Amino acid sequence: MWVFLSTEVLFFGGMFMTYTLNRSTYPDAFGEASRSIGLPLGTVNTIVLIASSLTMAMSVWASQVGKKKQLTTFLILTLILGTVFLGIKGVEYHEKFVEHHIPGLNYNFEPGASVATNAHTQLFFSLYFAMTGLHALHMIVGAGLLIWLIKQSLRGRFTPEYSTPVDLIGLYWHFVDIVWIFLFPLLYLIDRHR
Amino acid sequence: MYITIFFVLMVCTLLTVYAATLDLNEYFSGLNIIVALAIATLKASLVVLFFMHGKYSPKRTQLVIICSVFWLAIMLFMTMSDYVTRLWS
Repeated sequence: MWVFLSTEVLFFGGMFMTYTLNRSTYPDAFGEASRSIGLPLGTVNTIVLIASSLTMAMSVWASQVGKKKQLTTFLILTLILGTVFLGIKGVEYHEKFVEHHIPGLNYNFEPGASVATNAHTQLFFSLYFAMTGLHALHMIVGAGLLIWLIKQSLRGRFTPEYSTPVDLIGLYWHFVDIVWIFLFPLLYLIDRHR
Repeated sequence: MYITIFFVLMVCTLLTVYAATLDLNEYFSGLNIIVALAIATLKASLVVLFFMHGKYSPKRTQLVIICSVFWLAIMLFMTMSDYVTRLWS
């Protein structure tokens, strides 16, 4: 699983590279665009996702000490927190839709924005949707895996001797959390002091 | 215990949001992004070491982790140094 996660580092890494290059080329536009994203929801989402990592780590622990009821409870909590995250993401995307900040869909950064501003902030939003979209896709896959895990744990399949699926899916879930830990400051916290 | 790590992660999250609202670029150009990335790296390290049991994993697993990070570092460093040293007209 760690080797698979290495390939995921490559996968997301490419987008982080694109982000790095574009942000260094258009720092002011990126700052403006970032400031237009709602910070409270993003912060809440970060807290929710890190909490889901906690519950996931607790479920791995529960599987290793043979506490089957707690295992299922923590897995369900992880799934709920992950779904809350996706729900808040949906709300954020809707906000962007209403503000005409979705590239290609009647994009206009703000009334009276110049062509250059629109072009450069559109770069930010392309990256925003691509990166958070890819991340959300990984969350959805993770949610599916969690549903399978919950079903299996309800059948009592996991014991201290055999809890490998819980471990592996835990690693995957934590990785997706790490991606968000980097996405959050890079997308939401540019130039917030202005 | 995981809960302690969780609280440290929470503190780091709130810290990074707070630091973003301060103009640190006054003191050192680019300090805001350095602080933000440093805090994010700390958070990610805590997750890898403790939630993902990286600290308690065999050496070969730790090697795989370090290699991924190293690869990312090379890509970012080499690509950026390529772009930054081009002479655009």
